[in-house]
Amino acid sequence: MAPRNLPADQPPVSFLKTKARNMRRHMLSMASGLGQGYIGQGLGIADVLAALYFHEMRYDPDDVTWPGRDRFLLSTGHYSIALWAAFAECGILAVEELATYGLDDSRLEMSTLDTTPGVEVIGGSLGHGLGQGVGMALGLRRSEFGPRVFVELSDGEMQEGSTWEAAMSASHFRLDNLVALIDCNGIQADGAVVLHMEPVANKWRAFGWDTVEIDGNDMDQVVNALHGARSRNGKPKAIVLRTLPGKGVPTLEQREKAHFVRVEPGEWDDLAMELEMSDG
Amino acid sequence: MAEARGKTLAMGQEEFRAGRPTVDAPFGNTLKELGLERSEIVGLTADLGKYTDIHPFRDAFPDRFFNVGMAEQNLIAVAAGLARTGHVPFATTYGVFATRRAYDFIAIACAHSRVNVKIVAGLPGLTNGYGGTHQAIEDYALMRMIPGLVVIDPCDATEIAQATRVMADYDGPVYMRLLRGSVPIVLDPVEYTFAIGTARQVRTGRDVGIISTGFMTERALDASAILATHGIAVGVLHSPSIKPFDDDAVAEFAASVDRVVVAENHVSSGGLASLVAETLFNRRIDKPLLRIGLPDRYIECGSVPTLQRRYGLTPEPIANAILDFCGGQGMSSVRLAVS
Repeated sequence: MAPRNLPADQPPVSFLKTKARNMRRHMLSMASGLGQGYIGQGLGIADVLAALYFHEMRYDPDDVTWPGRDRFLLSTGHYSIALWAAFAECGILAVEELATYGLDDSRLEMSTLDTTPGVEVIGGSLGHGLGQGVGMALGLRRSEFGPRVFVELSDGEMQEGSTWEAAMSASHFRLDNLVALIDCNGIQADGAVVLHMEPVANKWRAFGWDTVEIDGNDMDQVVNALHGARSRNGKPKAIVLRTLPGKGVPTLEQREKAHFVRVEPGEWDDLAMELEMSDG
Repeated sequence: MAEARGKTLAMGQEEFRAGRPTVDAPFGNTLKELGLERSEIVGLTADLGKYTDIHPFRDAFPDRFFNVGMAEQNLIAVAAGLARTGHVPFATTYGVFATRRAYDFIAIACAHSRVNVKIVAGLPGLTNGYGGTHQAIEDYALMRMIPGLVVIDPCDATEIAQATRVMADYDGPVYMRLLRGSVPIVLDPVEYTFAIGTARQVRTGRDVGIISTGFMTERALDASAILATHGIAVGVLHSPSIKPFDDDAVAEFAASVDRVVVAENHVSSGGLASLVAETLFNRRIDKPLLRIGLPDRYIECGSVPTLQRRYGLTPEPIANAILDFCGGQGMSSVRLAVS
């Protein structure tokens, strides 16, 4: 099975930015169809997902169960809007199916279930992703393919104790095939982050992870951080992503920092126009 | 002179074995055999390898054994991740920790997608003297509420060895209660065959029918022998599979006896007694029902023999309770000496 993407491939950053913008278009379209949603988080994580699905990860969109694939675990299941956009853009899903997002009987739920093709684990019960990523990285280390495991988790998820149980075990087991992508967007269900968690990067370093902290909406920095995480030096890798909820759509970037953005019906066309005018 | 007081010990129910032969670490030694046969079998524990009998596997396959430390949520999450890469993980801890600390992980990371994780839980019910922190008195009530999870409570060394193999072959999540250390042989390894979802009659008798699970089947058999000397014929149906539950066998057995008794090493609500009551009601079987089990409260520290006697899990109190239950037949005046 020939994977479409190999880490050795080096697409230009402008290509990845185009992919991220396309994904943002998909997301606005999905959210406007539904009238609401986790659009802020989705827009914020779009650049990282573009870099993973169009550059860094080894996988085959025509065979999402290929055993040699790199795994991507979306621990924050409610970011599903971004995952569906990435899947449509890379060909795992048909673009037309995006119109069913959040509707009854759709495969594109507002929080991910692993029954949708390409989804590795059930997300949404926060604090579950990293531990399962540790188990997968242990299991894949025993395989001949040597795939890697990328786990997205959020700043709010660092309040779950299980996240740190998993972090401790990953360095103990020397899982250098495991990459944690920590989306620090500064919001959680009750609004702006409710518990002081800084310095985030130093916490991961203290737990034995090779850690970098970057602007998660700067594609050059994202690509460089992912390249740095390829090293098989016996340490798990943490990339602390500072992201902007609503990135690429200035009105949403400036809106009150909300976990669940509400948009008036007449606003969507203006937001889509903003995305086309912005550099996001 | 005051009677000698029992000493609190983590384990110790040797005195109730009635001279039966024992097998050392039937779970861990069977898992080691399986490990030789199948390279995808891996072991995990949360700092309780020695105390959950998985050490034979650990010693034989150190590169396939992962101790995650005192972190039960991570234990289950890591096991789920290993299962999703084609491995068959057996994860051990105590029942109290597996169920109370890791419930959401068993439900969502394992059962929701029928992920192939085997959870082996030590210190079931009242098998240690450390009080509510270590006595899993409500574990299978909690576990049987999880959709798609198989829940089993083996009786003895024969059944633990068989169930370990059956679990490895079964594709899906399983929770098994573990008897550890020197475990008696109660069921004949040649005659008996464990199967998920199957209850088996291990003694015939029509005056009273005891439906039991776990080591309470051993106690039920010994109580039945006592009752036979009082002219009461007792049948015993062993139901190791709490979920799926063999309600056909339970209904047939209950219909064949005058009185029904449930005996379990677990609180008397939410577990086997509730399952039996549901079955009797659903099948319109109207029989007197006696529930022998633990009360709806946490239990004190103490020595295991003292506690098991105090809470009625040993043969003499079981026999006495059944004599009282049969009081309508003129036997209420008979009492057995309880030491």
